[in-house]
Amino acid sequence: MTDMKAQVDVLPGIDPRAPLLQINDLHVEFRTRDGVAKAVNGAGFSLSPGETLAILGESGCGKSVTAQAIMGILESPPGHITSGEIRYRGVDLLKLPEAQRRKVRANRIAMIFQDALSALNPVYTVGFQLAELFRAHRGMSRSDAKARAVDLLDQVRIPSARSRVNDYPHQFSGGMRQRVMIAMALALDPEVLIADEPTTALDVTVQAQIMGLLAELQRQRNMGLILITHDMGVVADVADRISVMYAGRVVEEAPVYDIYARPGHPYTRALLESIPRLDLKGQQLSVIRGLPPALTDVPRGCAFNPRCRYAKDPCRQDPAPPAYAIAPHRTARCHFFREVLGE
Amino acid sequence: MSDPNLITVAEAPDVSGKSRSLAGDAWLDLRRNKIFWVSAVLVVLILLMALAPSLFTSADPGACALSNKHKGPDGSAFFGYDFQGCDVFARTIYGTRASIEVGVLSTLLAGVLGLVFGLSAGYFGGTTDAVLSRLTDIMLGVPFLLGAVVFSGRLSGSADDGVWAVTLTLGLLTWTSAARVMRSSVIAVKSQDYVAAGRMLGAGPARLMLRHILPNSMASFIVVLTILLGTNIAAEATLSYLGVGLKGDAISWGLQIAEAQDYARIAAHPLIWPSVFLAATVLAFIMLGDAIRDAFDPKLR
Repeated sequence: MTDMKAQVDVLPGIDPRAPLLQINDLHVEFRTRDGVAKAVNGAGFSLSPGETLAILGESGCGKSVTAQAIMGILESPPGHITSGEIRYRGVDLLKLPEAQRRKVRANRIAMIFQDALSALNPVYTVGFQLAELFRAHRGMSRSDAKARAVDLLDQVRIPSARSRVNDYPHQFSGGMRQRVMIAMALALDPEVLIADEPTTALDVTVQAQIMGLLAELQRQRNMGLILITHDMGVVADVADRISVMYAGRVVEEAPVYDIYARPGHPYTRALLESIPRLDLKGQQLSVIRGLPPALTDVPRGCAFNPRCRYAKDPCRQDPAPPAYAIAPHRTARCHFFREVLGE
Repeated sequence: MSDPNLITVAEAPDVSGKSRSLAGDAWLDLRRNKIFWVSAVLVVLILLMALAPSLFTSADPGACALSNKHKGPDGSAFFGYDFQGCDVFARTIYGTRASIEVGVLSTLLAGVLGLVFGLSAGYFGGTTDAVLSRLTDIMLGVPFLLGAVVFSGRLSGSADDGVWAVTLTLGLLTWTSAARVMRSSVIAVKSQDYVAAGRMLGAGPARLMLRHILPNSMASFIVVLTILLGTNIAAEATLSYLGVGLKGDAISWGLQIAEAQDYARIAAHPLIWPSVFLAATVLAFIMLGDAIRDAFDPKLR
């Protein structure tokens, strides 16, 4: 294994002591005929080995676009990364030539898609697709690659992997398909795994199994995991830290227990209040008024101000609130974080 | 799906062996397909007729006697005689070569052009797409007969029988529909998650195009090509009839049909037999194309 890894360790400027993954002030926009949609407006976070960072937000808040930008699979045009840094062990991936960038994918950073059926090529058996990875990236022989494919399917707990390896993606159930997808992503031993809503397309019992599997594989491999989701329930069990995104910005970042106990941003607070709770059965569920802003027309100042009950004049004026360090290891982009925290 | 833990010895795959490829699985599927075998046998028969017509008839297709004009079947002339007193059976057998040559080669040419244009236009998009698509549109705007008369006239040398000129003409004039179908399939497939997943796993443009996009875009392309094969064989007849196709003493189904149609009310058999061969050939290729297309789609297995 180590000698195989050595083949890809040719990235210049790599610094083993630098943070595993660090995103600084990332801006992504989509230039369309209807105008420029600013999908990500200065997102930033970092990730260490073995850590699980959850990126939480409504659809359209830029969380998937951020993931695609990290992966380097943003459709361009129309997508453009206008500024920012994506540093893997100190190397800014955005400055790498495409050929080297390609080597980072799957070898260093891999991703799991939401819908595994559409993310697996329908005309090849899963074994062939897995074996292709080993043949293309590791130069393995067909039979070695096939054996590794079986081995991987075993690792993601697919029953009778030896025979299932010759099945096509559509012959698997939803949960099994997601396991295959996980196997594909982990095939080349990446250090960072991005899971973009990995359980949204699955039913609840299968969701728990997949999350359990992910957590276990992460522990075994000491991977950094970025979990993108809109489901606060999923996050609570597995994440170490949470980044809450709104309109392309990280509005709050905090360790998972702190955020549930005492949210520091009105948006996080509103999200938590809109989770149905058993002890409040029979009462009206609180909702967040209004709609997320159109990305072509993000409000001035704090993007959340039209929907915010704490909003006052400073919130409606540029610049947007800075990331206040509201507690050790916690930041929130809200001028009135003290009120939100209830101090 | 039965209990996955119950695997009989016969079903258990050999893990030591190679990965089964798409083509390998398609072949396993084709082997069980009756339509595939029927059409394959027909196609082989037709190709054999084209390569070695003397295996099927000992008669000389050029030996004609006006005294036999429009006579019915006799002796080895199973299909009777045409208005020149030529043996219809012998001429139909010998006509296979020119018809198949023109039909298959012009379709292959159209296929290659359509594939290259459609795949690059669809995959690269943007300026490449704009340029290639306008080129396609321009070719599509050329009136077929006018274009064929001009091309064929310019391309054909005086000495040869015109097969190459007709093949090139038909290929150059008919690739546009294949290119358009290919382009639209590629655009549809390109936005699929598995292409993004391929990129995520480090695949370069060549691998993405050939491994992920192309195999998933072939279905309608193959259908267009099988239809094109039939129309190209028939188009050769049209061109030959107009005097810009095959020339001199060339023999082809198209020429036979063109010559026989004037006398259809007096003697139908010189018209009917080459038409039957033409129809059977086109049908065989269409069935073969369908069977192959289905075999390459795992969901239909």
